[in-house]
Amino acid sequence: MSETLESTVRRICRSHGGDPTRLMDIARDVQDRFGCVAPAAMDLISRITGAPRVEVESLVSFYSFLSRSPKGQVVIRLCDDIIDRMHGYHRVARAFSEELGIGLGETTADGKISLERTACIGLSDQAPAALVNEVPVTELSTDRAREIVAGLREHMDPRRLVTRSGDGQNAHPLVRAMVRNNLRQVGPLVFSEQVRGKAISNALAMSPAEVIRAVKNARLRGRGGAGFPAGMKWEYARASTGERKFVIGNADEGEPGTFKDRVLLTELPDRVFAGMTIAGYAIGAKEGILYLRGEYAYLRPYLEAVLAQRRSDGLLGPKVAGKNPFAFDIRIQMGAGAYVCGEESALLESCEGRRGDPRNRPPFPAQKGYLGGPTVVNNVETLCCVTKILEAGPAEFAQHGSTGSTGTKLLSVSGDCRLPGIYEVPFGTPLAEVLRLAQGEDAFAVQVGGPSGQLVSRTEFTRTIDYENLATGGSIMVFGPGRNLLEIVHAFLEFFADESCGYCTPCRAGTAFLLRMVERIAAGRGEPADLARMEELGLTMKAASRCGLGQTAANPVLTSLVNFRPVYDALVKEDPEGFRRSFELDKAVMEAELLSGRRSKHAGIEKGGHR
Amino acid sequence: MSARPGERQKPKIATVSLAGCFGCHMSILDIDERILDLAKVVEFSRSPINDLKKFDGRCAVGIVEGGCANEENVEVLREFRRKCDILVSLGDCATMGGIPALRNSIPLSECLETAYLDGPTVVNPLGRIPSDEEIPLLLDKVYPCHEIVKIDLFLPGCPPSAEAIFSALTGILGKSRPDLPYELLKYD
Repeated sequence: MSETLESTVRRICRSHGGDPTRLMDIARDVQDRFGCVAPAAMDLISRITGAPRVEVESLVSFYSFLSRSPKGQVVIRLCDDIIDRMHGYHRVARAFSEELGIGLGETTADGKISLERTACIGLSDQAPAALVNEVPVTELSTDRAREIVAGLREHMDPRRLVTRSGDGQNAHPLVRAMVRNNLRQVGPLVFSEQVRGKAISNALAMSPAEVIRAVKNARLRGRGGAGFPAGMKWEYARASTGERKFVIGNADEGEPGTFKDRVLLTELPDRVFAGMTIAGYAIGAKEGILYLRGEYAYLRPYLEAVLAQRRSDGLLGPKVAGKNPFAFDIRIQMGAGAYVCGEESALLESCEGRRGDPRNRPPFPAQKGYLGGPTVVNNVETLCCVTKILEAGPAEFAQHGSTGSTGTKLLSVSGDCRLPGIYEVPFGTPLAEVLRLAQGEDAFAVQVGGPSGQLVSRTEFTRTIDYENLATGGSIMVFGPGRNLLEIVHAFLEFFADESCGYCTPCRAGTAFLLRMVERIAAGRGEPADLARMEELGLTMKAASRCGLGQTAANPVLTSLVNFRPVYDALVKEDPEGFRRSFELDKAVMEAELLSGRRSKHAGIEKGGHR
Repeated sequence: MSARPGERQKPKIATVSLAGCFGCHMSILDIDERILDLAKVVEFSRSPINDLKKFDGRCAVGIVEGGCANEENVEVLREFRRKCDILVSLGDCATMGGIPALRNSIPLSECLETAYLDGPTVVNPLGRIPSDEEIPLLLDKVYPCHEIVKIDLFLPGCPPSAEAIFSALTGILGKSRPDLPYELLKYD
């Protein structure tokens, strides 16, 4: 057995060149083959690749799709976020649990099936959803859960759970997913008719500097959320010296509630890859990497086929055809379930085979990125915009949207609306208009930009979607009347507490403290002073955290405290004697009472108002 | 120490050590002869310094050393809250739980077993964990004071220096917000 392990791990390592910067691929392959990366396998990986043992362990412990102890042959990962909860996650989880006879986080006694929960898998428009190994299953019900378990018990083949394929390329033989695109509104830019190869030939007819100028003239800003001007980023990377430069397409769409990249990769992969190629030409890079989140692994064979087709069509490879031929190729780097890897410097760490700890800046990736070379990291949607700009010209692009925010934005709308899905709207569209399109006008609150964005109330639905006002990477979660505000805030905080990498204290401790405080307030044990304390803590996290995750993790609290103050105020109360209402002596002595077999003298006689 | 006839009623101060080591109280004594200056303007109520066990009236200031490790600590702290206008958490145990809070990640049963049964230096022929009506029940974990009652001021340090304590007290008694320079604030 150990010989099998050794020879297999050796083969896997060799297939990745024994390269310690490819630990992600090696660990993923070992996980796929053995259901875990056991300590013995880590020893071998370390020995063969020369990566320190502790780095291998550190990597395996970091990513949620990797584990050091064995998982079942089939792993069912239920998507647990606020949208799925609203659509019956708890019922479905219970059905799976009952049918399998195990709890969440457990594996059946025969070692065949594991049941787990995971953060948003990019299917909020068809929630509740789950991944069965790599296969997405959508719109789950308790009946469907029982069917899935029965099916797996019979054949153990997740692919056979797909009884009907979704629309568009979801039905492609290499995808064959039951996922639906839910493309509700097609706009004039991203989803416009494409002429394959045109953008690249246009670009190659210009000098790299002219290409950058075109992107600058279109005033294209990053679509991932931060909104950094894309042309400027490219200019920095072009100006930086380095033998090898890189272009990375960020397809680690992890912000809960966004799923636009899923649809772009399904329907417009050519636009994404063309954008990367153009970026490569502009900055002088020969190598591109598409960092694909682990949750979208089901798209990989299809994307590889698209890349192969582009190579044979001369749109990729040693000689990209055009007026100024140049060499450029793209490989796909799989992620393994870590939200923070969507942050560009954490993504670079991950690409280099390490845990996704964000880097200190400067140096910025454009100066010193992947393997130390100047690197441009662009969101998948940004890259599609690049292709459109080179196809139709900057003027055509910039005539859409508003002055500071040109073009269109893809919105992923989910939650309490009749038409969840993808909407391509020009920047400057009021939130109310988005709600009208999606038929969710009676919302009492909307989370714009995912958990790290803002929770806005009805009075602010007139605000517009753009970088100056309601900035968003695309996630729009709609909450209808009757939803519990604190439950929403709590779910978002839980997400951040889970995803915090733990490196810096403001984020690691801050998320845990905020979570506890919100729990206290929701339980009716909060005091007015708690609200001020939460605000103070949130601002500290904003100011002192190391990366974007910690800097925005308090946003659900900070924005809801401003926009929904009366909800909080109604829940908190001052204690007349200055006692903390959150402390319950009865509970605190319960364990000692059990251990000693005698009752507390003080507990149980506390005055009313506390219990 | 009660007010002599004709003398203006002096504000009272109470102090207590809960789950602490009395180190903070030693630091109070470290103000040395300045305690005489203090005695001119205040009167000590319940405190280990004068060994008074009960409050003899409402206090202007209550100084609490140590966090809450057992039910009695909670009762005493709550009494301090009821009887004192301004309550001060003195030292790291009161403000953060300190050394006693090291047990917070260990189950209570394990703490007691190690302390009374399994520890390498334990001599306990009866093999019993002490349990008597007189012994207050331990809490599930050690709490900093502000998680039990509202605390008005925090003076960190292990212990806070005599200088810091004296500056803070004179500040409070002078009805001004104590202005402690950076050098006097130490988080250990």
